[in-house]
Amino acid sequence: MSPPIDHSLLDPPRLPFEPLLQRNAVITEQPWVRWLLTTAALAFLMVFLLLPLVSVFTEALRGGFKLYWESLKTPDALAAIRLTLTVAAIAVPLNLVFGVAAAWAVTKFEFRGKLFLITLIDLPFSVSPVVSGLIYVLMFGAQGWFGPWLAAHDIHIIFAVPGIVLATMFVTFPFIARELIPLMQEQGTDDEQAALSLGANGWQAFWHVTVPNIKWGLLYGVLLCNARAMGEFGAVSVVSGHIRGETNTMPLHVEILYNEYNFVAAFAVASLLAGLALITLALKSLLEARHGAELSASHRH
Amino acid sequence: MPPTKHPSPSRSPIPGFGLTLGYTMIYLSLIVLVPLAGVFVKAAGLGLDGLWPILGSPRVLSALKLSFGTALIAAAINLVFGMLVAWVFVRYEFPGKRLFDATIDLPFALPTAVAGIALTALYAGNGWVGQFLEPLGIKVAFAPLGIVVALTFIGLPFVVRTVEPVLRDAEKELEEAAASLGATRWQTVRRVVFPAILPALLTGFALAFARGVGEYGSVIFIAGNLPHVSEIAPLLIVIKLEEYGYAGATAVAAAMLVISFALLLVINALQAWTNRYRTQRHVEPALPHPVLQGAGA
Amino acid sequence: MDIRIRHIHKSFGGFPALVDVNLDIRSGELIALLGPSGSGKTTLLRVIAGLEFPDYGEILFGAENMARKPVHERRVGFVFQHYALFKHMSVLDNIAFGLRVRPRSWRPGEAQIRRKAVELLDLVQLGGLERRYPHQLSGGQKQRVALARALAIEPRVLLLDEPFGALDAKVRKDLRRWLRELHERTGYTTVFVTHDQEEALELADRVVIMNRGCLEQVGTVDEVYEHPRTPFVFDFLGGTNVLDAEMHGRKVFLRGAEQPLVTDVIHPDGPADLYVRPGDLRLADPGSPGIDVHVTAVQRTGPIVRASAKLLANGTGISIELPHLHHDAARFHAGATLRLKMMQFCVYPRAASVHAHPITDAPEPTAAQSQERTRA
Repeated sequence: MSPPIDHSLLDPPRLPFEPLLQRNAVITEQPWVRWLLTTAALAFLMVFLLLPLVSVFTEALRGGFKLYWESLKTPDALAAIRLTLTVAAIAVPLNLVFGVAAAWAVTKFEFRGKLFLITLIDLPFSVSPVVSGLIYVLMFGAQGWFGPWLAAHDIHIIFAVPGIVLATMFVTFPFIARELIPLMQEQGTDDEQAALSLGANGWQAFWHVTVPNIKWGLLYGVLLCNARAMGEFGAVSVVSGHIRGETNTMPLHVEILYNEYNFVAAFAVASLLAGLALITLALKSLLEARHGAELSASHRH
Repeated sequence: MPPTKHPSPSRSPIPGFGLTLGYTMIYLSLIVLVPLAGVFVKAAGLGLDGLWPILGSPRVLSALKLSFGTALIAAAINLVFGMLVAWVFVRYEFPGKRLFDATIDLPFALPTAVAGIALTALYAGNGWVGQFLEPLGIKVAFAPLGIVVALTFIGLPFVVRTVEPVLRDAEKELEEAAASLGATRWQTVRRVVFPAILPALLTGFALAFARGVGEYGSVIFIAGNLPHVSEIAPLLIVIKLEEYGYAGATAVAAAMLVISFALLLVINALQAWTNRYRTQRHVEPALPHPVLQGAGA
Repeated sequence: MDIRIRHIHKSFGGFPALVDVNLDIRSGELIALLGPSGSGKTTLLRVIAGLEFPDYGEILFGAENMARKPVHERRVGFVFQHYALFKHMSVLDNIAFGLRVRPRSWRPGEAQIRRKAVELLDLVQLGGLERRYPHQLSGGQKQRVALARALAIEPRVLLLDEPFGALDAKVRKDLRRWLRELHERTGYTTVFVTHDQEEALELADRVVIMNRGCLEQVGTVDEVYEHPRTPFVFDFLGGTNVLDAEMHGRKVFLRGAEQPLVTDVIHPDGPADLYVRPGDLRLADPGSPGIDVHVTAVQRTGPIVRASAKLLANGTGISIELPHLHHDAARFHAGATLRLKMMQFCVYPRAASVHAHPITDAPEPTAAQSQERTRA
């Protein structure tokens, strides 16, 4: 004898997922309107965004591969590359530690003035890069508050590498924190509390629970922070002093070469930075596509 | 029996509050707050009598006017095209969409100096674009128009990336409801969709504007930098610094900072306005704006 | 306005959401589309509204075929499950929207629009709230504003998608009664979608039961409840026991029963399913025929006593519901062996598949399906 059949338990077939707009002609535009708008938008993107990018590479290769290679091999260019990598290698980890600490403080605890603190963390974004450089000149420059003392002890900050690092730190200051704060806010504190209740101490909870939860967001922040750190121009320009081979980062070197009408060399160095930008964009898109759910909501598609 | 001593009661069972907040405050103060405050202390040291002649001088005034004017125009251009791009990318499907979508962030990722020389090469009289504009009598490179072009490049992602999530979250039912009530497609877009994304549009506009006012790297190559004509305020700061005119540089910087902070307040208010109806559905992170900011200004 | 739906097919990327749907909706009728999620009821409603276009078929409003007309030309009042109120508009502006977007030639004056909106607001008992914004309203209030907004365009038909789905139980009950009254007062032809059978049975003049894109049965509340045409309908409208049976002529042989039950309707001989509701089971009179069961558990929930039992003959599980004051209730306790009778039941031949073929709402009986009442 067969068991009784309960028809209510037969699942209805699932609706296949389709964007409502595609199947619903009611809330979209006529095909010709769609076509027109899409064409206009893409034309705008091509002229305003893609064309400059393409021109960087064509200008760089205008004199052929050999000349391109030669201009990258000069000692000054190599020194600029080295300095840029050094500055990023110092500024990014420092901001990483800060970003994690700030995000932990802001998202795991309730305290007064929290929103104000977040606004302060964001402050460097609203400051002109030139002003970001100027503030350190006012502090550590020859006529600055600490200038005489620094001179007396033979410490060089402005027109030297420490100044460049400081200015870079300032402009990249919020990147990692602002990536982590929304992410960790969404995640709440349940996981950490569970870990603590199971006997983990604070560090163990952080390493074994928090870090795995935020690793993709952290990587995303580091990626953007690094791109900005290597590409920063205005702030660094003010504090660098433009000493060739010593305080010249890649973007500054581009400027010097360009002002010397050495266009091929300028675009050659610029093409390296453009390559960096492309890699950053590619990795960023990859992160959004692969780990969108583990990034803060604003980066999900 | 003596009362047992408890550690001070903490509202959160999670450790690390003192350590992380303390570190945050110290690092924030050292890198950001104290140096920024220095500008205002220095500016205050000049007094009104010292500040006024500098800020009131024709060269400074025209630089500030130029910076704000061009940033305003560029932000307005981005308002229109940013909305168009956001609309097309959220609503339509077309080949190569993902690739194009990634390039929208190019201005964030491309160092501004690179953008500056590339735009200059394009819009110079012999450039790919400039050669077509020159015969028409339109001079872009080495003129104020060039500044607008550079700031449009820099500002586009701000509008697109602010509007996109709002447009994506917009309830389709609202548009269906409007249509069922007899509204044509255009009436629906104008009366239902547009008001819903207006706050986000204005936020994007304000962000693009704020960024444009302070922008340096992408502008100085294309601007031509003629005093009174195409010299932007940030460049003036650099020039004054190079001439060791610390007082002048500080005065201009302080003026720009005050305006930036005012804009930040406006942006925060706009952001709150954007989210005003969304609180019931889900709580937004309490950040002033969702847009990441760019590389190498 | 009469609405006639003829041979509507609609599929989404190969998945058939509506399969040859035929339905006549009479002018002034309040009709419920009832079915589980995925049954196509919301799709049918959206097709009537013009929010979806059918792959083929006709939708006639009166004599006019609407199937290819866009929604904004159909003049249908659609109320969305989550209200879809315009957040940036006041209650008054929401209600006035449909009048303000009319072409200038037949748009009423602004004063008239406002008067009409205020009138409608009074009709839905929200007078005085015209300056509020949607986020300042409760769920029930929003639903009523959405209704007023739909009524403002004097719709040819009022379509409601799960109108009470997002409300809590108490508000839902009140609004249900109120909607019925409103319907009687205004007389709009109304179609609403629900998955709640109680809601459908309480509100509607007629109920359309849908399953997998097909209409299972169309009828008045009494018809569908008392004469469920398919096992699906029987099952969807309440608790069900399914017992194995064998048909021979008019006799239903049930395993565990000494004597066959007798039906009026002739079924094909062979295996069949006997459907009986837990509430239609009572103790058999001493000496009368019935099915013997062994009670395994008894539980009282509120005014209902629920018992679980097993058929002595083959161990098939069966559940029984009694009002707790019923004199039979006292005899149900775990371990008892009792003889039950069925107040009413339905027999469906095993061969008849649940969704073998879509049906129309024409009340022709089919041989494969039958239903009867016995008073044993």
